[in-house]
Amino acid sequence: MTRIVAILFPQLMTDWILRRQPALKDIPFAMAVADRGLRVIKAVNILAQAKGVYVNMVVADCKAIVPDLHVLDYDPEQPQKLLTALAEWCIRYTPIVSIDLPDGLLFNVSGCTHLWGSEEDYLKHIQDRFKKFGYSTQLAIADTIGCAWAMSRFGKDISIVAPMEQHRIISSLPPAALRLEELILERLLKLGLQTIGSFMTMPRTALRRRFGAGLLMRLDQALGYEFEMLEPIKPIAAYEERLPSMEPIRTATGIEIALKTLLETFCERLNREGKGLRKCEFRCYRMDGNIQLIEIGTNRPSRNTKHLFKLFETKIQTIEPDLGIELFTLEAPVVEDLQSTQDALWTISSKNESDIAELVDRIAGKTGADSIHRYLPAEHYWPERSIHATQSLTEKATSSWRNELPRPVHVLKKPEPIEVSVPIPDYPPLLFNYKGKLHTVKKADGPERIEQEWWTDKSEYRDYYCLEDEHGGRYWVFRLGDYLTGDPEWFIHGFFA
Amino acid sequence: MKRAADKSVIEELQRQILKLQGNQPPPDQDQSLGLGVIEHAFPGKVFPRAAVHELISVSAESAACTNGFMSVILSSLMAQSGSCLWISTRRTIYPLALKTFGIEPERILFVDVNNVKDALWAMEESLKCNALNAVVGEFTALSFDESRRLQLAVEQSKVTGFVHRFQPKIENTVACVSRWKITPLFSELPDQLPGMGFPRWNIDLLKVRNGKPASWQVQWSPQGGLEYIATHEQVIPNIHKRQAG
Repeated sequence: MTRIVAILFPQLMTDWILRRQPALKDIPFAMAVADRGLRVIKAVNILAQAKGVYVNMVVADCKAIVPDLHVLDYDPEQPQKLLTALAEWCIRYTPIVSIDLPDGLLFNVSGCTHLWGSEEDYLKHIQDRFKKFGYSTQLAIADTIGCAWAMSRFGKDISIVAPMEQHRIISSLPPAALRLEELILERLLKLGLQTIGSFMTMPRTALRRRFGAGLLMRLDQALGYEFEMLEPIKPIAAYEERLPSMEPIRTATGIEIALKTLLETFCERLNREGKGLRKCEFRCYRMDGNIQLIEIGTNRPSRNTKHLFKLFETKIQTIEPDLGIELFTLEAPVVEDLQSTQDALWTISSKNESDIAELVDRIAGKTGADSIHRYLPAEHYWPERSIHATQSLTEKATSSWRNELPRPVHVLKKPEPIEVSVPIPDYPPLLFNYKGKLHTVKKADGPERIEQEWWTDKSEYRDYYCLEDEHGGRYWVFRLGDYLTGDPEWFIHGFFA
Repeated sequence: MKRAADKSVIEELQRQILKLQGNQPPPDQDQSLGLGVIEHAFPGKVFPRAAVHELISVSAESAACTNGFMSVILSSLMAQSGSCLWISTRRTIYPLALKTFGIEPERILFVDVNNVKDALWAMEESLKCNALNAVVGEFTALSFDESRRLQLAVEQSKVTGFVHRFQPKIENTVACVSRWKITPLFSELPDQLPGMGFPRWNIDLLKVRNGKPASWQVQWSPQGGLEYIATHEQVIPNIHKRQAG
């Protein structure tokens, strides 16, 4: 049977401000937003409320009532952000949490409450925890979303509606408890219908005619005749494992044990389904509401517990347990099929292949994925473009490597300018000066002209020469452009073996 | 007859000593890397695998030659299959040129790291992975302790490691099995033809554990492999002995 918990934060925004600025505790303050040239109050703390400041008043009027009213800016986006953060924290109580703007949360707690003893203990626990953070709450539990919502707003601090009791409870509440539009509420009050019970038994056709289908829908939802969906804050991840701990965990050994346990169950499932994970996130929910996250990525799908643990191992130190961790979750956002027979990586056996992939993952985990390169031939003559970097371990070359023409073992990342003395145009240099050192050219080959690809770049062509100096050093130099159009520059680009 | 028997006894003893020193004899016979006379400098006339070799270069020109020579060894170590990891802090190698030395460039994984610490960590981790044929590390500093860690890693996994140190501040003692220095020599074309010939190197094997240090002058060509221009085997050992004594 479905059980729903509704939580109301009557002072959501002001409690949030107080958490950040405890100095405001004894000062009446309000939060205002600019609206068509006026500043309108959107949230008020209890002290200011007691003095007669209410939501939707204009700041100037409030200042007249309470001259020392402290007015802060109100960010209309903030309640949603705040509720999302609170909802994320609440995932510890139930996997299905949804936010109920502007000031509430809704849980589907079917089958969860007995873990905390009883429904009352469950609600008390939540309320106590929120109280410690500084948030005041009103909670209610009932069979339907409508009823729980109504009781959190119009009931006691903690109200428990026993199963199937919503009919009796609802009838004594005012119509506002039905989440109705302002217009309908006004009309109901005008007709003297002060409680839901006073119109609940009226013929449905009459109600529909006078108040529209919305009222009937809300009524049915509250009574449980019509189903209402909760929209969880995030879809429950398909690949997720949770491990709550009895006592808060503070040691690295404890975290390691938790991680190993989670990985084992996780990999077992992946194994059953013939999948491997590419990305994995390990979250530690701390006592104080902070979430510590470490994540890893793999180069190819993996379900090897030992390997995955090794990848995480280096990052465990970065977790700050602080007061202790009470819940661990392991989630794989990216999962891929992993067949036992894979395309061979180059020509090595598959055992070696997975060993190498695991090694590469470990290195990438420590130094970053962009530190690993593999090169394939590219169909370009221009030296900088004739190789193409890939991060895949299995990508195959689409063309063959060309090595008819001499290419140096070392190339400079960027060609460096040199000063040369050339006897006549199109001849190799006699001397060149590189980094303050003069090299006398003894032997030379060239030129090899490489044209720029006009569709990519519009720079001059290069005439490459291979030079050998008086000490046997072998260099790859080029002239950019020719002597017809001016004084071309010379560059050194590489060193031959 | 007696002399022959003595010789075999001594050879057997030498083999046992080598084994005690952690120098495992290769399992099968055909272990030549095609280095010819150079291999005579090593214990048992076999290029030591499962060991870390140190190569030192002092200039950009000799660094290029060193990488060339290393590629020649790598190409025979990787043979038809297998892969190699190339870890460096400042990489200058042009993958396309490796093809000239008979290596498929796509079979090499390049790892570029920012500092020596990460490079050493990556090198040690990869030397432990016995699925690799060879691991090359290019970084400047290598202390004795660090080199010993690398050596311990290869003893388990039987991977061959190369450490190429470019312009090290000091040429300190390390636990590597050998120390090489390669410098360029003038190239020559047959019949006094103009132009640049095949690369020629002066290879100095300065230290080698249980072997004979020596120096060779070689030419490398894609068809002929390493060819010898001259051998100065007798020169270096004497100097080395004097240094040691």
